[in-house]
Amino acid sequence: MSSSASATSRLSVMSMAASLPSVGGYSSAPSSIYAKRNTTNILERHLNKTRGAEVSVNAFAFLFSEMLQYTQKRVNGIQDLERKLNELGYRVGIRALDLLVWREKNSKRETRVLGMLYFIHTTVWKAMFGKQADSLEKSTENEDEYMISDNDPMVSKFISIPKDVSQLNCGAFMAGIVEAIMDGCQFPSRVTAHTVPIDGFPLRTTILIKLDREVLEREEQLK
Amino acid sequence: MNATHSSSSSGGSGIGSGPLGQGNSPTCYFVIIGTKDNPIYEAEFVSVNTARSSSGGATIPEAKKEEFRHLNQFIAHSALDMVEDLQWSTNQMYLKAIDKFNERFISAYLTAGNIKLLLLHDAKSDDAIRNFFNDCYELYIKTLLNPFYEPNSIISSSAFDTKVRASAKRYL
Repeated sequence: MSSSASATSRLSVMSMAASLPSVGGYSSAPSSIYAKRNTTNILERHLNKTRGAEVSVNAFAFLFSEMLQYTQKRVNGIQDLERKLNELGYRVGIRALDLLVWREKNSKRETRVLGMLYFIHTTVWKAMFGKQADSLEKSTENEDEYMISDNDPMVSKFISIPKDVSQLNCGAFMAGIVEAIMDGCQFPSRVTAHTVPIDGFPLRTTILIKLDREVLEREEQLK
Repeated sequence: MNATHSSSSSGGSGIGSGPLGQGNSPTCYFVIIGTKDNPIYEAEFVSVNTARSSSGGATIPEAKKEEFRHLNQFIAHSALDMVEDLQWSTNQMYLKAIDKFNERFISAYLTAGNIKLLLLHDAKSDDAIRNFFNDCYELYIKTLLNPFYEPNSIISSSAFDTKVRASAKRYL
């Protein structure tokens, strides 16, 4: 299902696979119709096999719209919907963290907040959306808040939000991914997505990361 | 559960004292511990190299070996404290031998997602253990990528078990 447009946005194959909550099992026995059916064990596939693989944005948009419709039927309220999207993103984030750190080949864990945020800003965004996030900022008002912004978030590109749910932000999915990565590295935090339109970028989304107090205390000790 | 086991074993045969301390069973105990200190996967390997060299020594009766097996779990879990101490001082993943217990060493490997791989072993080369840990980390990531696998739950796949044992045979 490849897009005919030349500017195909890239998406990680892994994020698509990992975010599927339920998928019908396919038969493991090779059938005669599909000549080259892959029957290898998942433990035998090489992790770098899908390293540069791209998924068409149509496929992802279709999948995401189905995810939205699925959750919409099962929630009552916007907060609940954002929370469910956050949970779906969480499932992607856990896997993304280990996989991306492994693929980087330099294998070092992140122990400082800034290093972690930089990792998300560059490596994670590049693997997921094909480009780095647009800005990484530290809030001046609160010590424990950081913001990562994306001018044109891929997840909300094809989602049109009706007037009565205008507060919904589909960036909650991206927020879930970031939250899982922060949690996995032992920086527990609350992550939310907000739409902050500026000139030229009406869909600009900011992901606000509010670190828990214990993270700040630990940072102080490590300095 | 571990507490009651340890009290019974310390009351009985003295660990490390007497002839049992010298006759180290050449088994390695490998455990993967999740983020909530829950064991996700355990395995014991008899390392072929050391077994061959100790052919002249006294063999330990099977009954006594059984008693020591739960002690492995206890030793590995008590080493978790050391891991947590070292966790923030370095950003390496492979923490070498972090603890020692009666001639046996405990090596640890801390993954990016805060999963601990612990290996209880006799003296072995750092490189061999590092390779083994890298292999097991790779297998763990592949298991994790399965959308049906719930993170932090027990790995019961026999294919995973086979691969870990093959890797142990190759490196340990």
